[in-house]
Amino acid sequence: MTIADFTFYLFALCVVLGGLFTVTSKNPVHSVLWLILSFLSAAGLFVLLGAEFVAMLLIIVYVGAVAVLFLFVVMMLDVDFAELKAEMAKYVPLGGLIGVILLMQLTLAFGSWTYSEGIDSRLGSPAPPLDEAHNTQALGLIIYDDYFLVFQLSGLILLVAMIGAIVLTLRHRVDVKRQDPVAQMMRDPKTAMELKDVKPGQGL
Amino acid sequence: MTIGLEHYLTVAAALFVIGIFGIFLNRKNVIIILMSLELMLLAVNINLVAFSSFLGDLTGQVFTLFILTVAAAEAAIGLAILVCYFRNRGTVDVEDVANMKG
Repeated sequence: MTIADFTFYLFALCVVLGGLFTVTSKNPVHSVLWLILSFLSAAGLFVLLGAEFVAMLLIIVYVGAVAVLFLFVVMMLDVDFAELKAEMAKYVPLGGLIGVILLMQLTLAFGSWTYSEGIDSRLGSPAPPLDEAHNTQALGLIIYDDYFLVFQLSGLILLVAMIGAIVLTLRHRVDVKRQDPVAQMMRDPKTAMELKDVKPGQGL
Repeated sequence: MTIGLEHYLTVAAALFVIGIFGIFLNRKNVIIILMSLELMLLAVNINLVAFSSFLGDLTGQVFTLFILTVAAAEAAIGLAILVCYFRNRGTVDVEDVANMKG
């Protein structure tokens, strides 16, 4: 067994174990941490496959943004998770049955397929040899050329998601003192300051 | 035995089934359901990248990027809805959602 094989099995084991503990963990904070392990190991698998750009993106987007978002929400919401977990055992048989059936279907699909004739001549965007362009460069050449419209649309999706998330969670509380920029800017020395003539030996 | 496409497909299939299993297991807790969704999308991504790599075609990796984008947007919106729901109801139990009106 070479180092590459060993690395594959290590990462594959981490991905599957991370996923398993994500869904079965009692504490949702632990769930998020297992999810992060799963994402990191998947990034390792991608590196093994020669897709470095996607691997780094997975770490930045999933671990850096999505997992931290989950962590924030889990810690921000004061949820009684023990109560939610109480009925978990009830659903194990049904979930297990459906899982096994799905696994058998996937095995059937994955076990009996072949590439069609002449697949090499019909590739949409063949990967250039490594000495011509590395993974990131090759991807950039395709994304900004063949898939430019889809690329712009995905930016639009992110914009809509951002606006949606802000609109959904923004709330104006009435019992909070806020800054009033207009009132601040309309101040002038005449109204802001008042001179008092204080007699000696007397207070105001 | 060298590592082939089948190995990666097996990992992806296992991860996908774990995601489905997680949805059934945590019927009440939306946060874990969203995490299971992320796991399933990750499985799809592994499939795409594995095929892309073994076929020598970069299209799969491009679409992985787009799936990543959509998954991030979905997580953000989902968690925002969750925060909203929690503010109104004081729980994340999704079985109560059917009671919402208007």
